[in-house]
Amino acid sequence: MIHMEKLTKYYGEVCAVDGIDLDIRKGEITGLLGPNGAGKTTTMRMLTGYLRPSSGTIRVRDLSVDADPLAVKKRMGYLPESAPLYANMLVYDYLLFVAHARGLKGDKARGRIFAMVELCSLSGIMHRPIGELSKGLRQRVGLAHAMMDDPEILVLDEPTSGLDPNQIVEIRDIIRSFGRDKTIILSTHILSEAQATCDRIVIIDKGKIVADGSTEVLTYGLGEGRSLRLVLAGADLEAARSVLAPVEGVVSVEGAQDAGPGLTALEVRYLPGSDPRPEIYRRIKATDWVILEMAPKGVSLEKVFMELTREA
Amino acid sequence: MTRVFDVFAREFMDYFTTPIAYIVICAFLVVTGWFFFATFFIMNQASLRTFFSMLPLVFPFVVPAVTMRLFAEELHSGSLEMLLTLPMDLSDAVIGKFLASSAFVAVMLAPTLSYGIWVSFMGGLDWGPVAGGYAGAVLLGAAYCAIGVFASTLTRNQIISFILGMVICLALSLVDKMLFFFPPDVLAVLHYLGASSHFENIAKGVVDTRDIVYFASVVFLSLYGAHLVMQEKR
Repeated sequence: MIHMEKLTKYYGEVCAVDGIDLDIRKGEITGLLGPNGAGKTTTMRMLTGYLRPSSGTIRVRDLSVDADPLAVKKRMGYLPESAPLYANMLVYDYLLFVAHARGLKGDKARGRIFAMVELCSLSGIMHRPIGELSKGLRQRVGLAHAMMDDPEILVLDEPTSGLDPNQIVEIRDIIRSFGRDKTIILSTHILSEAQATCDRIVIIDKGKIVADGSTEVLTYGLGEGRSLRLVLAGADLEAARSVLAPVEGVVSVEGAQDAGPGLTALEVRYLPGSDPRPEIYRRIKATDWVILEMAPKGVSLEKVFMELTREA
Repeated sequence: MTRVFDVFAREFMDYFTTPIAYIVICAFLVVTGWFFFATFFIMNQASLRTFFSMLPLVFPFVVPAVTMRLFAEELHSGSLEMLLTLPMDLSDAVIGKFLASSAFVAVMLAPTLSYGIWVSFMGGLDWGPVAGGYAGAVLLGAAYCAIGVFASTLTRNQIISFILGMVICLALSLVDKMLFFFPPDVLAVLHYLGASSHFENIAKGVVDTRDIVYFASVVFLSLYGAHLVMQEKR
C-alpha cells in the first residue's frame, strides 16, 4: 500500500530522516515509535506531502507523492501533532470547510459530517469555537477532520499525547472503530500505547529504522532469551533449583520477589528457541509441589526501546 | 477552482468572526473621513479627489493590517499543515487568501460611497471620476494585498509581517514623490515603479492599459514570490 524507499530529509545540515525503507501493507496498523526528534513527524510529513524529501521516493499504491500529490492527499487523512485547527472557527463550520475542501458537497457533506459527529461523539460541541475546546475534544475534532472523506489511509501524529487516560482510551476506540480494512499509521513515544493499538511497530532512532516487527516479535524476539515466572507451594529455592536446572535449555533458576508467605517464586531463564515448559511441568508434577503460577515473561517493550535507542 | 473558493470563503468569514475587521474598518473610516471633511469645505469643491488622493498613503498602513495574519498565523499555529494536507495545491491557498483580503478591502471601501452621496447633495458631483477612483482604489488595494500576502509568508510573527508589508507598500507609494533624490537616468523607471501615479491616472478616469498592467504585475509577482517562499519552506 505504502512504499518508502531510501527516504531522506535534511534540514540544512541536520539530517532528520536518514534513508528509511518501509513497506506498509493494506489494513495494517503501524506504530512509528521513537524518542523525541527521531524523525517520526518528518517521515509522516513527507508521506502526507507537506514536506518534500531531500531524496528518496514514497509511493502510495501506484501513485508517487511527489508527482501526484492531489490524488495521494485525496486517499489520505492526516492529523498533525496536537491538532492545530483554526481556533476561531466553530466546530461545525470547520467540519463543513473540510468537507468542502475534500470535494464533498450538499447532502453528501452533511451526511459525512453527521457520521463523524457520531463516530467522534461531537454532538454537544458543534457550536463551540475550536479554540475554547479542551485538548481531548480538540483531538476528537482533529480525528473527524482526518477521517472526513473516509480515507483509505489514516496518518496520525501522536494522537494521544497530552491526554488523560480516559481520553486516551476514547481516542483509541475511535481509531479502532474507524475501520478494520483501513491502513493506519500512528506515531507515539508511549510504548504501552503502541502495544495496545498497533499490529506492527517500527522503532526509529536518529532518522533510521532500528527495529521493525509485530509487537510480539519485538517483545520476545529481541533481548537475550526469555524467562518464565513460577510460583510454587511446598518447595524451597534450593530444592527447586536442583530439580529444574538440569532441564534442557534452562540457563538459570533464580529466586524472585512477590511470592506470598510459604510460597516460592522463581525466575527461570532459558535460551531463545528452546521451550522447556513441558519438561518443567512434568518434573514438578513428579514432586508434591503445587504450581500456583507459571507465566512467560517477555522483555518489556520499554526495555527493547531503551536498548535500541540509547545514546551510543 | 472550487478549492480556491473554499479557502476564500473561510478566510473572508474569518475576518468577521474576529474583531480585527471591525477595528480596521473603523480606523480606516475615521482617518479618511476626518482628513477628507476637514478640508472639504475649505476646498469648496464637490468632488472626492482629496479622498482618493489620500489612499496611496493610507493603504500602506491599513492593508498590511488586513493581510498580516494570512500566512504568519498559520505558520505560527501549525494549521498550515492541516490546510496543505487537504487535497489542495499551495497555489489554491495563496490565491484564496489573496482574494479574501482583496474582497475585505473592497468591503472596507464600501461605506465611503456615502461620502459621494453626501457630496452629491451639496453640489453637482461628477460620478465619472468617482467610479474611476473606486476602480483605482480596488486595484491599488489588491496590489497591496498581494504584497501583504507575500510579507506574511516571510515570517511567523504577525507584527513583523505587518511592518514588512507596510515598508514595501509605503516604498511603492512614495517612490515617485522622492524622484528628486535620484539621478535623471533612472527617473523614468522609478516613476513607472511608483504606485501613486498609476493610481492617480485611473482615479482621474483615464483607463490606460499600462496602469492595469502595472497593478496586474504587482499582484502576479507578489503572489508568485509568496508561492516560491512557501515552496522553499517544504
